[in-house]
Amino acid sequence: MAERLPVVLVTGFLGSGKTTLLSRLLGRPELGETAVIVNELGEVAIDHHLLRRVDERTVLLGNGCVCCTLRGDLADELRDLLSRRTRGEIPPFRRVLVETTGLADPAPVLNTLLAEPVVMHHFEPGAVIATVDALNGNAQLDREEETLKQILAADRLVVTKADVAERGAVDRLEDRLRSLNPAADLLEVSFGEADPAVLLAPGGLDPRELRLPDAPGHADVHSFVLFLDRPVDWTAFGIWLTMLLASRGADLLRVKGLLDVGAPGPVVLNGVQHVVHPPEHLEAWPDDDHRSRIVFIGRGIGRDEVEESLAAFDAAARQ
Amino acid sequence: MCALCGVLSTSHWAERDSGRRERVFRVRLLNRVLSHFGLELGDWSGRVYVLSDRKGKTVVVHDLGGLWTAAEALAGRPLDPLDPALVAALRGG
Repeated sequence: MAERLPVVLVTGFLGSGKTTLLSRLLGRPELGETAVIVNELGEVAIDHHLLRRVDERTVLLGNGCVCCTLRGDLADELRDLLSRRTRGEIPPFRRVLVETTGLADPAPVLNTLLAEPVVMHHFEPGAVIATVDALNGNAQLDREEETLKQILAADRLVVTKADVAERGAVDRLEDRLRSLNPAADLLEVSFGEADPAVLLAPGGLDPRELRLPDAPGHADVHSFVLFLDRPVDWTAFGIWLTMLLASRGADLLRVKGLLDVGAPGPVVLNGVQHVVHPPEHLEAWPDDDHRSRIVFIGRGIGRDEVEESLAAFDAAARQ
Repeated sequence: MCALCGVLSTSHWAERDSGRRERVFRVRLLNRVLSHFGLELGDWSGRVYVLSDRKGKTVVVHDLGGLWTAAEALAGRPLDPLDPALVAALRGG
Protein backbone atom coordinates (compact mmCIF):
# COMPACT_ATOMS: atom_id res chain seq x y z
CA MET A 1 0.00 0.00 0.00
CA ALA A 2 1.22 3.49 -0.80
CA GLU A 3 2.25 5.68 2.08
CA ARG A 4 -0.68 7.52 3.60
CA LEU A 5 -0.57 11.30 3.38
CA PRO A 6 -0.97 13.21 6.65
CA VAL A 7 -3.95 15.51 6.98
CA VAL A 8 -3.13 18.30 9.42
CA LEU A 9 -6.09 20.03 11.05
CA VAL A 10 -5.89 23.69 11.96
CA THR A 11 -8.72 24.51 14.28
CA GLY A 12 -9.56 27.30 16.71
CA PHE A 13 -12.38 29.64 17.54
CA LEU A 14 -13.46 32.46 15.24
CA GLY A 15 -10.84 35.20 15.14
CA SER A 16 -8.23 33.20 17.04
CA GLY A 17 -5.63 33.47 14.29
CA LYS A 18 -6.09 30.26 12.28
CA THR A 19 -5.96 31.99 8.94
CA THR A 20 -2.93 34.10 9.83
CA LEU A 21 -1.10 31.00 11.02
CA LEU A 22 -2.07 29.06 7.91
CA SER A 23 -1.11 31.92 5.57
CA ARG A 24 2.34 32.20 7.14
CA LEU A 25 2.83 28.46 7.16
CA LEU A 26 1.99 28.18 3.49
CA GLY A 27 4.55 30.85 2.74
CA ARG A 28 7.34 28.64 4.05
CA PRO A 29 9.31 26.64 1.49
CA GLU A 30 8.99 23.49 3.63
CA LEU A 31 5.25 23.61 3.05
CA GLY A 32 5.62 23.70 -0.71
CA GLU A 33 3.90 20.45 -1.53
CA THR A 34 0.79 21.02 0.51
CA ALA A 35 -2.81 20.89 -0.60
CA VAL A 36 -5.18 23.04 1.40
CA ILE A 37 -8.83 22.60 2.14
CA VAL A 38 -10.52 25.63 3.57
CA ASN A 39 -13.94 25.45 5.05
CA GLU A 40 -16.02 28.52 5.52
CA LEU A 41 -19.21 29.23 7.26
CA GLY A 42 -21.48 31.76 5.57
CA GLU A 43 -21.70 33.26 2.14
CA VAL A 44 -18.66 35.50 2.00
CA ALA A 45 -15.35 33.70 1.71
CA ILE A 46 -13.37 36.29 3.66
CA ASP A 47 -10.88 33.81 4.98
CA HIS A 48 -10.29 32.42 1.52
CA HIS A 49 -9.27 35.83 0.20
CA LEU A 50 -6.71 36.12 2.96
CA LEU A 51 -5.11 32.88 1.87
CA ARG A 52 -3.45 34.29 -1.17
CA ARG A 53 -0.85 31.61 -1.60
CA VAL A 54 -3.34 28.83 -1.92
CA ASP A 55 -4.10 28.28 -5.56
CA GLU A 56 -5.91 25.58 -7.48
CA ARG A 57 -5.00 23.07 -4.82
CA THR A 58 -7.30 24.86 -2.45
CA VAL A 59 -10.70 23.29 -2.30
CA LEU A 60 -13.33 25.51 -0.85
CA LEU A 61 -16.18 23.65 0.73
CA GLY A 62 -19.48 25.24 -0.15
CA ASN A 63 -21.53 25.60 2.97
CA GLY A 64 -21.90 24.65 6.58
CA CYS A 65 -19.52 23.15 9.07
CA VAL A 66 -16.95 20.59 8.00
CA CYS A 67 -17.71 18.34 10.96
CA CYS A 68 -21.44 18.19 11.05
CA THR A 69 -22.81 18.59 7.58
CA LEU A 70 -19.84 18.32 5.28
CA ARG A 71 -17.95 15.30 6.41
CA GLY A 72 -19.03 13.67 3.18
CA ASP A 73 -17.81 16.71 1.33
CA LEU A 74 -14.48 16.54 3.08
CA ALA A 75 -14.16 12.93 1.97
CA ASP A 76 -15.28 13.95 -1.53
CA GLU A 77 -12.71 16.74 -1.65
CA LEU A 78 -9.93 14.47 -0.47
CA ARG A 79 -10.87 11.86 -3.08
CA ASP A 80 -11.06 14.60 -5.72
CA LEU A 81 -7.60 15.86 -4.75
CA LEU A 82 -6.27 12.34 -5.21
CA SER A 83 -7.84 11.80 -8.61
CA ARG A 84 -6.79 15.23 -9.88
CA ARG A 85 -3.26 14.53 -8.74
CA THR A 86 -3.31 11.16 -10.48
CA ARG A 87 -4.54 12.80 -13.70
CA GLY A 88 -1.76 15.37 -13.43
CA GLU A 89 -4.20 18.27 -13.13
CA ILE A 90 -2.58 19.49 -9.94
CA PRO A 91 1.03 19.20 -8.74
CA PRO A 92 1.98 16.36 -6.41
CA PHE A 93 1.42 17.05 -2.73
CA ARG A 94 2.78 15.35 0.37
CA ARG A 95 0.30 16.57 2.94
CA VAL A 96 -3.07 18.22 3.26
CA LEU A 97 -3.91 21.09 5.58
CA VAL A 98 -7.54 21.45 6.58
CA GLU A 99 -8.68 24.68 8.18
CA THR A 100 -11.87 23.95 10.05
CA THR A 101 -14.46 26.53 10.95
CA GLY A 102 -14.32 28.08 14.38
CA LEU A 103 -17.42 26.12 15.26
CA ALA A 104 -16.01 22.74 14.32
CA ASP A 105 -15.59 19.75 16.57
CA PRO A 106 -12.39 18.04 15.32
CA ALA A 107 -13.53 14.55 16.30
CA PRO A 108 -15.87 13.93 13.35
CA VAL A 109 -13.16 15.17 10.99
CA LEU A 110 -10.71 12.66 12.45
CA ASN A 111 -13.42 10.03 12.20
CA THR A 112 -13.85 10.79 8.51
CA LEU A 113 -10.11 10.31 7.99
CA LEU A 114 -10.05 7.02 9.87
CA ALA A 115 -13.32 5.43 8.83
CA GLU A 116 -14.23 6.56 5.31
CA PRO A 117 -13.39 3.53 3.16
CA VAL A 118 -11.42 5.30 0.41
CA VAL A 119 -9.99 8.15 2.44
CA MET A 120 -8.57 5.89 5.15
CA HIS A 121 -6.43 4.06 2.59
CA HIS A 122 -4.77 7.19 1.27
CA PHE A 123 -4.73 9.61 4.19
CA GLU A 124 -4.07 9.56 7.91
CA PRO A 125 -4.62 12.13 10.61
CA GLY A 126 -1.62 14.40 11.14
CA ALA A 127 -1.21 16.85 13.98
CA VAL A 128 -4.27 18.67 15.29
CA ILE A 129 -3.32 22.30 15.82
CA ALA A 130 -5.64 24.54 17.82
CA THR A 131 -5.17 28.29 17.97
CA VAL A 132 -6.20 30.06 21.17
CA ASP A 133 -6.45 33.83 21.33
CA ALA A 134 -4.53 35.18 24.36
CA LEU A 135 -6.94 38.09 24.65
CA ASN A 136 -10.21 36.19 24.40
CA GLY A 137 -9.29 32.55 24.98
CA ASN A 138 -10.33 32.44 28.63
CA ALA A 139 -13.75 33.91 27.94
CA GLN A 140 -14.27 31.64 24.93
CA LEU A 141 -13.37 28.63 27.01
CA ASP A 142 -15.99 29.57 29.57
CA ARG A 143 -18.62 30.22 26.96
CA GLU A 144 -18.04 27.97 23.98
CA GLU A 145 -18.20 24.18 24.07
CA GLU A 146 -16.50 24.10 20.66
CA THR A 147 -13.42 25.87 22.00
CA LEU A 148 -13.13 23.28 24.74
CA LYS A 149 -13.45 20.40 22.24
CA GLN A 150 -10.81 21.94 20.00
CA ILE A 151 -8.39 22.40 22.88
CA LEU A 152 -8.90 18.85 24.12
CA ALA A 153 -8.44 17.35 20.64
CA ALA A 154 -5.23 19.28 19.98
CA ASP A 155 -1.74 17.86 19.75
CA ARG A 156 -0.40 21.40 19.61
CA LEU A 157 -1.89 24.46 21.27
CA VAL A 158 -0.87 27.73 19.66
CA VAL A 159 -1.44 30.80 21.81
CA THR A 160 -1.81 33.78 19.49
CA LYS A 161 -1.72 37.53 20.21
CA ALA A 162 0.35 36.94 23.35
CA ASP A 163 2.41 40.01 22.40
CA VAL A 164 -0.58 42.32 22.85
CA ALA A 165 -2.01 40.72 25.98
CA GLU A 166 -1.01 41.34 29.57
CA ARG A 167 1.70 38.82 30.58
CA GLY A 168 -0.03 37.65 33.75
CA ALA A 169 -3.22 36.91 31.83
CA VAL A 170 -1.28 34.95 29.21
CA ASP A 171 0.41 32.89 31.93
CA ARG A 172 -2.93 32.12 33.56
CA LEU A 173 -4.42 31.08 30.23
CA GLU A 174 -1.43 28.84 29.47
CA ASP A 175 -1.64 27.19 32.89
CA ARG A 176 -5.30 26.56 32.24
CA LEU A 177 -4.57 25.06 28.82
CA ARG A 178 -1.87 22.79 30.27
CA SER A 179 -4.23 21.73 32.98
CA LEU A 180 -6.96 20.91 30.46
CA ASN A 181 -4.79 19.13 27.93
CA PRO A 182 -1.38 18.06 29.23
CA ALA A 183 -0.99 15.85 26.15
CA ALA A 184 -0.56 18.88 23.89
CA ASP A 185 2.59 20.91 23.31
CA LEU A 186 2.03 24.59 23.92
CA LEU A 187 3.67 27.41 22.02
CA GLU A 188 3.21 31.15 21.66
CA VAL A 189 3.08 32.53 18.17
CA SER A 190 2.98 36.14 17.05
CA PHE A 191 1.76 37.14 13.59
CA GLY A 192 1.57 33.49 12.57
CA GLU A 193 5.38 33.07 12.69
CA ALA A 194 6.00 29.46 13.73
CA ASP A 195 8.51 26.77 12.80
CA PRO A 196 6.64 24.28 10.59
CA ALA A 197 8.80 21.42 11.85
CA VAL A 198 7.69 22.12 15.41
CA LEU A 199 4.09 22.77 14.49
CA LEU A 200 3.52 19.74 12.30
CA ALA A 201 5.54 17.14 14.22
CA PRO A 202 3.72 14.32 15.98
CA GLY A 203 3.76 14.78 19.75
CA GLY A 204 6.27 12.64 21.65
CA LEU A 205 4.71 12.89 25.10
CA ASP A 206 7.95 13.71 26.78
CA PRO A 207 7.38 13.01 30.49
CA ARG A 208 9.21 16.19 31.39
CA GLU A 209 6.45 18.08 29.63
CA LEU A 210 3.69 16.16 31.33
CA ARG A 211 3.26 18.41 34.32
CA LEU A 212 -0.08 19.47 35.58
CA PRO A 213 -0.13 23.00 36.96
CA ASP A 214 -2.41 23.66 39.86
CA ALA A 215 -4.80 25.71 37.77
CA PRO A 216 -8.54 25.43 37.30
CA GLY A 217 -9.23 23.94 33.88
CA HIS A 218 -12.91 23.86 33.16
CA ALA A 219 -15.96 23.54 35.35
CA ASP A 220 -16.31 19.77 35.10
CA VAL A 221 -13.41 18.63 32.92
CA HIS A 222 -10.19 17.44 34.46
CA SER A 223 -7.12 15.59 33.32
CA PHE A 224 -4.56 13.29 34.84
CA VAL A 225 -1.53 11.34 33.76
CA LEU A 226 -0.88 7.70 34.59
CA PHE A 227 2.70 6.50 34.67
CA LEU A 228 3.07 2.72 34.76
CA ASP A 229 6.32 1.12 35.83
CA ARG A 230 5.61 -2.34 34.37
CA PRO A 231 4.74 -3.37 30.82
CA VAL A 232 1.02 -3.64 30.06
CA ASP A 233 -0.58 -6.67 28.42
CA TRP A 234 -1.76 -5.31 25.07
CA THR A 235 -4.74 -7.68 24.73
CA ALA A 236 -6.01 -6.76 28.19
CA PHE A 237 -5.47 -3.08 27.47
CA GLY A 238 -7.47 -3.29 24.23
CA ILE A 239 -10.36 -5.00 26.03
CA TRP A 240 -10.22 -2.47 28.85
CA LEU A 241 -10.08 0.65 26.67
CA THR A 242 -12.81 -0.46 24.24
CA MET A 243 -15.03 -1.27 27.21
CA LEU A 244 -14.25 2.09 28.83
CA LEU A 245 -15.00 3.95 25.60
CA ALA A 246 -18.25 2.04 25.16
CA SER A 247 -19.50 2.78 28.65
CA ARG A 248 -17.91 6.17 29.40
CA GLY A 249 -17.18 7.44 25.91
CA ALA A 250 -19.34 10.51 26.31
CA ASP A 251 -17.28 11.55 29.33
CA LEU A 252 -13.87 10.38 28.21
CA LEU A 253 -12.84 13.26 25.99
CA ARG A 254 -9.23 12.38 25.24
CA VAL A 255 -6.78 9.54 25.76
CA LYS A 256 -3.23 9.94 24.56
CA GLY A 257 -0.14 8.08 25.53
CA LEU A 258 2.85 5.88 24.98
CA LEU A 259 2.39 2.33 26.17
CA ASP A 260 5.07 -0.16 27.16
CA VAL A 261 3.77 -3.51 25.94
CA GLY A 262 7.02 -5.35 26.52
CA ALA A 263 8.40 -4.64 23.03
CA PRO A 264 11.56 -2.62 22.28
CA GLY A 265 9.46 0.44 21.44
CA PRO A 266 6.15 1.74 22.76
CA VAL A 267 2.68 1.72 21.25
CA VAL A 268 1.37 5.19 20.46
CA LEU A 269 -2.16 5.61 21.68
CA ASN A 270 -4.37 8.49 20.58
CA GLY A 271 -8.12 8.80 20.98
CA VAL A 272 -10.36 11.82 20.66
CA GLN A 273 -13.77 11.09 22.13
CA HIS A 274 -14.82 7.80 20.46
CA VAL A 275 -12.36 8.12 17.62
CA VAL A 276 -9.26 6.03 18.18
CA HIS A 277 -6.29 6.23 15.83
CA PRO A 278 -4.94 2.83 14.84
CA PRO A 279 -2.25 2.26 17.48
CA GLU A 280 1.23 2.59 16.05
CA HIS A 281 4.12 0.44 17.26
CA LEU A 282 7.31 2.48 17.43
CA GLU A 283 10.68 0.77 17.02
CA ALA A 284 12.22 2.73 19.88
CA TRP A 285 11.27 5.07 22.71
CA PRO A 286 11.62 8.79 22.02
CA ASP A 287 13.53 9.35 25.29
CA ASP A 288 15.26 7.52 28.14
CA ASP A 289 12.10 7.17 30.20
CA HIS A 290 10.50 3.88 29.15
CA ARG A 291 7.51 3.99 31.46
CA SER A 292 4.03 3.91 30.00
CA ARG A 293 2.44 7.34 30.21
CA ILE A 294 -1.20 7.93 29.45
CA VAL A 295 -3.04 11.21 29.61
CA PHE A 296 -6.77 10.99 30.35
CA ILE A 297 -9.09 13.96 29.98
CA GLY A 298 -12.68 13.54 31.01
CA ARG A 299 -15.70 14.38 33.05
CA GLY A 300 -16.35 12.58 36.31
CA ILE A 301 -13.69 9.93 35.76
CA GLY A 302 -11.24 9.63 38.63
CA ARG A 303 -7.58 8.77 38.46
CA ASP A 304 -7.68 6.14 41.21
CA GLU A 305 -10.59 4.19 39.72
CA VAL A 306 -8.96 4.22 36.28
CA GLU A 307 -5.62 3.07 37.67
CA GLU A 308 -7.17 0.30 39.78
CA SER A 309 -9.39 -0.93 36.96
CA LEU A 310 -6.58 -1.03 34.41
CA ALA A 311 -4.34 -2.83 36.90
CA ALA A 312 -7.07 -5.43 37.56
CA PHE A 313 -7.57 -6.13 33.84
CA ASP A 314 -3.82 -6.43 33.40
CA ALA A 315 -3.52 -8.75 36.39
CA ALA A 316 -6.33 -10.94 35.02
CA ALA A 317 -4.32 -11.39 31.83
CA ARG A 318 -1.38 -12.70 33.84
CA GLN A 319 -3.30 -15.21 35.97
CA MET B 1 -20.10 5.82 11.54
CA CYS B 2 -18.41 5.95 14.89
CA ALA B 3 -14.91 4.45 14.84
CA LEU B 4 -15.72 2.84 18.17
CA CYS B 5 -18.06 0.50 16.35
CA GLY B 6 -15.30 -0.81 14.16
CA VAL B 7 -13.72 0.59 11.07
CA LEU B 8 -15.39 -0.30 7.80
CA SER B 9 -13.69 -2.99 5.75
CA THR B 10 -10.80 -3.42 8.14
CA SER B 11 -10.17 -4.89 11.54
CA HIS B 12 -10.84 -3.12 14.81
CA TRP B 13 -7.84 -1.23 16.19
CA ALA B 14 -7.59 -3.44 19.27
CA GLU B 15 -7.57 -6.64 17.21
CA ARG B 16 -5.33 -5.60 14.36
CA ASP B 17 -2.32 -7.79 13.58
CA SER B 18 -3.37 -10.43 16.07
CA GLY B 19 -3.07 -14.12 15.30
CA ARG B 20 -5.13 -17.14 16.25
CA ARG B 21 -3.35 -17.63 19.56
CA GLU B 22 -3.96 -14.06 20.67
CA ARG B 23 -7.61 -14.34 19.65
CA VAL B 24 -8.06 -17.42 21.84
CA PHE B 25 -6.39 -15.56 24.70
CA ARG B 26 -8.63 -12.54 24.10
CA VAL B 27 -11.80 -14.65 24.24
CA ARG B 28 -10.64 -16.25 27.50
CA LEU B 29 -9.95 -12.85 29.02
CA LEU B 30 -13.22 -11.41 27.73
CA ASN B 31 -15.06 -14.27 29.39
CA ARG B 32 -13.49 -13.33 32.72
CA VAL B 33 -15.10 -9.92 32.32
CA LEU B 34 -18.38 -10.96 30.69
CA SER B 35 -19.11 -13.73 33.21
CA HIS B 36 -19.44 -11.02 35.85
CA PHE B 37 -22.46 -9.77 33.90
CA GLY B 38 -23.93 -13.22 33.25
CA LEU B 39 -22.69 -13.39 29.68
CA GLU B 40 -20.52 -15.82 27.76
CA LEU B 41 -18.52 -15.37 24.57
CA GLY B 42 -17.68 -18.03 22.02
CA ASP B 43 -15.46 -17.87 18.98
CA TRP B 44 -16.89 -19.09 15.69
CA SER B 45 -14.12 -20.30 13.41
CA GLY B 46 -11.92 -17.41 14.43
CA ARG B 47 -14.11 -15.11 12.35
CA VAL B 48 -16.95 -13.84 14.53
CA TYR B 49 -17.83 -13.90 18.19
CA VAL B 50 -21.02 -15.43 19.55
CA LEU B 51 -22.31 -13.74 22.68
CA SER B 52 -24.98 -15.42 24.81
CA ASP B 53 -26.74 -14.90 28.11
CA ARG B 54 -27.85 -17.51 30.63
CA LYS B 55 -31.29 -17.79 29.06
CA GLY B 56 -29.69 -18.91 25.83
CA LYS B 57 -30.24 -15.70 23.92
CA THR B 58 -27.46 -15.36 21.36
CA VAL B 59 -26.01 -12.50 19.35
CA VAL B 60 -23.27 -12.61 16.71
CA VAL B 61 -20.71 -9.79 16.93
CA HIS B 62 -17.80 -9.05 14.65
CA ASP B 63 -15.31 -7.22 16.82
CA LEU B 64 -14.62 -5.57 20.16
CA GLY B 65 -16.37 -2.37 19.10
CA GLY B 66 -19.66 -4.14 18.45
CA LEU B 67 -19.24 -6.49 21.40
CA TRP B 68 -19.83 -3.96 24.17
CA THR B 69 -22.97 -2.52 22.61
CA ALA B 70 -24.41 -6.03 22.17
CA ALA B 71 -23.34 -7.04 25.67
CA GLU B 72 -25.02 -4.02 27.22
CA ALA B 73 -28.26 -4.80 25.35
CA LEU B 74 -28.13 -8.44 26.40
CA ALA B 75 -27.24 -7.73 30.03
CA GLY B 76 -29.77 -4.92 30.27
CA ARG B 77 -27.27 -2.63 32.00
CA PRO B 78 -24.06 -0.77 31.18
CA LEU B 79 -20.83 -2.75 31.39
CA ASP B 80 -18.51 -0.36 33.16
CA PRO B 81 -14.86 -1.43 33.55
CA LEU B 82 -14.54 0.98 36.49
CA ASP B 83 -17.29 -0.85 38.41
CA PRO B 84 -15.64 -1.70 41.78
CA ALA B 85 -17.45 -5.06 41.92
CA LEU B 86 -15.99 -6.06 38.53
CA VAL B 87 -12.54 -4.87 39.58
CA ALA B 88 -12.79 -6.95 42.76
CA ALA B 89 -13.98 -9.99 40.78
CA LEU B 90 -11.02 -9.73 38.40
CA ARG B 91 -8.66 -9.41 41.36
CA GLY B 92 -10.29 -12.41 42.99
CA GLY B 93 -8.84 -14.71 40.38
